[in-house]
Amino acid sequence: MTAPVNGERAGNGTPLLEVRDMAVYHGQLQALDAISLQVFPGEVYAIIGANGAGKSTLLRTIAGLHQPATGSVLLDGKDVTQLRPELRARQGIVLVPEGRRLFESLSVRENLQVGATYGRQGPWTIERVYKMFDWMGDRSNQRTSQLSGGEQQAVAIGRALVANPRVLLLDELSLGLAPLVVQRIYGMLPQILATGMTVLLVEQDVSQALRVASHIQCLLEGRTTLEGRPADVTAEQVEAAYFGLAGVAPAGQPAEGSDSSWPG
Amino acid sequence: MSLVTDVGTQPAAGFRVTRSRRNVAWTGVGALIVVVVLAFFPYLVYSGTTAILVQAFIVLTLASMWNLLAGYAGLVSVGQQGFVGLGAYFVLILALHGLSPFAALPVAAIGCGVAALPLWWLVSRLRSGYFAIATWVLAATIMLFIERFSSIGGGSGMPLPGFTGYSSVLLTAYTYWAGLAVTVLALAGIYLLLRSRLGLVLTAIRDDEVAARSSGARVGLARMLVFLVAGVGCGAAGAVLAISQLQVQPSADFSVQWTAEMAFATIIGGLGTIEGPIIGTAVYMVLQQTLASYNAWYLIVLGLVAIVIALFARRGLWGLVDEQLNLRLFPVGYWLRTSDRDGSG
Amino acid sequence: MAWVNAIIQGVLTGGLYALFACGLSLMFGVMKVVNLAHGDLAVVAGYIAIGIIAATHVPVLWSFLIVVPVMAVLGYALQRTLIQSALDRGVLTTLIVTLGLSLVIENGLLQFFTANTRGIGVGLSLVQDSFSIGSQIQVAWLLVVFFAVAVAVLLGLQYFLSRSTYGRLIRAVADDKEAAQLAGADYRHVFGIAAAVALATVALGGIAYGMYSDLDPTAGTDTILLFAFAAVVIGGLGSLWGTLIGGIVLGVAQQIGAQINISDELLAGFIVFLAVLVLRPEGLTARRAQT
Repeated sequence: MTAPVNGERAGNGTPLLEVRDMAVYHGQLQALDAISLQVFPGEVYAIIGANGAGKSTLLRTIAGLHQPATGSVLLDGKDVTQLRPELRARQGIVLVPEGRRLFESLSVRENLQVGATYGRQGPWTIERVYKMFDWMGDRSNQRTSQLSGGEQQAVAIGRALVANPRVLLLDELSLGLAPLVVQRIYGMLPQILATGMTVLLVEQDVSQALRVASHIQCLLEGRTTLEGRPADVTAEQVEAAYFGLAGVAPAGQPAEGSDSSWPG
Repeated sequence: MSLVTDVGTQPAAGFRVTRSRRNVAWTGVGALIVVVVLAFFPYLVYSGTTAILVQAFIVLTLASMWNLLAGYAGLVSVGQQGFVGLGAYFVLILALHGLSPFAALPVAAIGCGVAALPLWWLVSRLRSGYFAIATWVLAATIMLFIERFSSIGGGSGMPLPGFTGYSSVLLTAYTYWAGLAVTVLALAGIYLLLRSRLGLVLTAIRDDEVAARSSGARVGLARMLVFLVAGVGCGAAGAVLAISQLQVQPSADFSVQWTAEMAFATIIGGLGTIEGPIIGTAVYMVLQQTLASYNAWYLIVLGLVAIVIALFARRGLWGLVDEQLNLRLFPVGYWLRTSDRDGSG
Repeated sequence: MAWVNAIIQGVLTGGLYALFACGLSLMFGVMKVVNLAHGDLAVVAGYIAIGIIAATHVPVLWSFLIVVPVMAVLGYALQRTLIQSALDRGVLTTLIVTLGLSLVIENGLLQFFTANTRGIGVGLSLVQDSFSIGSQIQVAWLLVVFFAVAVAVLLGLQYFLSRSTYGRLIRAVADDKEAAQLAGADYRHVFGIAAAVALATVALGGIAYGMYSDLDPTAGTDTILLFAFAAVVIGGLGSLWGTLIGGIVLGVAQQIGAQINISDELLAGFIVFLAVLVLRPEGLTARRAQT
């Protein structure tokens, strides 16, 4: 199953996940401004941007951990903005949070079991996760604190998969991991997609994102600076959007010099 | 702490930083009048009234101390009754050695401050939940330890000596003035403390402890000083208690109910403000007096009111007033004013 | 020989203390709640048992079957309403609210039952009887029963936490409640279940206390609460069996204190409690220091 090509996207009916004109604040600080996106079934949608651009906030808000000040989140056309995070997870929006956030006093297997408790019916089971990560079965009774960073990331992904999500949200998979490990983890993506998963991921490593994504969106200081298919954007455009250089303006702003645009 | 020295020297053009607002001068005069009037009460009212007021003084002092601990230093103590009992027993011990209980009062208070030092060393490293329990256990342990000595009354307590030669009228008056003096000194002391540099550290802790620590403020020292001051204050209140009761009694003097009363009076009135405990004590006394004939009901109502206020009106009754009227009777903050106009509201 | 008797009694009393403590350990460990009304809730359970026995004349042991579920439901309700609201507002509010609850319960009991103590009659044989080991050692049957019940309860809790779905959820939520939400778990509901389990054990503790010594409205704060905390802290937070160890240490310390000087029983226990708090607050069974 291939992701829809750009021109076909709009004509594909309702997007599986949609964010409409969302603004999110952390106290008095505005983290996101006028953010919109659409993710269609089967896509790998990548959000890129520097630190502090608002990427994780966007994912966490979609998952329900933050409430937006304005705007809405829709799952398959249904507005879920008022839904508590656990209910959104049960509906099929499952987030693999930044930093893994495994349950430290639980074993590998128990982590997966918790993930499956409120999960939906579907192709993913604990056994299937063990098949995908072939080392995991042997260590299923170990405490997760005894695993390496890459192994913990695998468990975190597995915990989300056994819930059989409709949209899998991946927050900064590469954080704190060696490049080889990161590549191996991203190498699992085709297997995940093959079961009909839709993926929305946040990634600081731009080249990694460009390699796996069918569609990208770049954030800078809480605003969208670029959107499109990897094949349709040049390296210069991405660079300009990432850093906010002259000539590229966040949506809705006139083009300015770069003096005040360094991301936090 | 360069903030304190910079403020007030070179404010930006068009701005002034001041300590107080217009209404405070009136408050200072008003407070003085109140104190003077109160001081005349023994000449004006029946002993029943002064007895109630002595009770109010004790609760107010305790509540102010608890407010200092929990509202400004972030120390939630469930064991201040330990100092109440210690204060009472220090007075007893001194009185047994011939000192007049009234003269013993300040000595007892200072003694409690000294005793607070090793106690602080025991509990200072504990986090909130553990700290609370530790203070309670400390108080219970002190009580059990004191009860071992029959020379000071053992488990049932004993009458306080040293009152022979006082007529009952004079005794009532002296007791009343002792209570009034302790309360006035306690409130004045807290007010001055909060206006000082230490007070700035405390207010910073109250607002955001992590930020206070990372800005270099001497949080540990500030907390220890607060604990010592609270020990002195609660000890003084305990001394007044012993004098007003004419006896010491371990189960009453060390009762955890003191903590409940001082905590609830503070919460109901408003944590983190000097005015709060005053309001809270007033509410407490009203409850106690109106429901006195219904036995334990006033405590039930007190507990319920405290729960409701803690959950729904976090800043207490004074907080509600403060929000509506923007009133501050005890100015311990700073105000930024534009040019020579008064700040509005 | 008096010493041996004392130590045996101390060990067995540790079982009773563990019954008080395991619910507290659960609530403290899972929800970080310092429930100052914990002891009073045990007393409430005892009074409910007395009321049921007086009204329906069921045998004492049957009263368990009614009181325990009632307290479990009460625990769930209390957690979902009062305690969760307090937790959302911080540690201070939780302490104030539970202190307020304690005050309301104690004085409510005082108001309706007066300060007179009441006991739960078990039937003379069990309370009075003891058996002998050798010629000089006497062991009270009741204490042995309590110890056995405590062990059974701890085994049950251990099984519940390690094998059941809700037990797993409770442990997960205690580790990271946000991550648990992301996995679809409503942590407030899970907290409620934990509170229900905690209060069920508290009910057992309260009834046991009523059998062992008499109940009065202030027993909750006078004895039960501090003993429970002592057992939890000495044994080590986060360890269920630690509450038994803590209870045993407390019981033995008290009995040793009583041997030295009859009125030093409580004092000895509290001194040990303080020593542990100051020197090793993570408890005797903890592997690593509290962060």
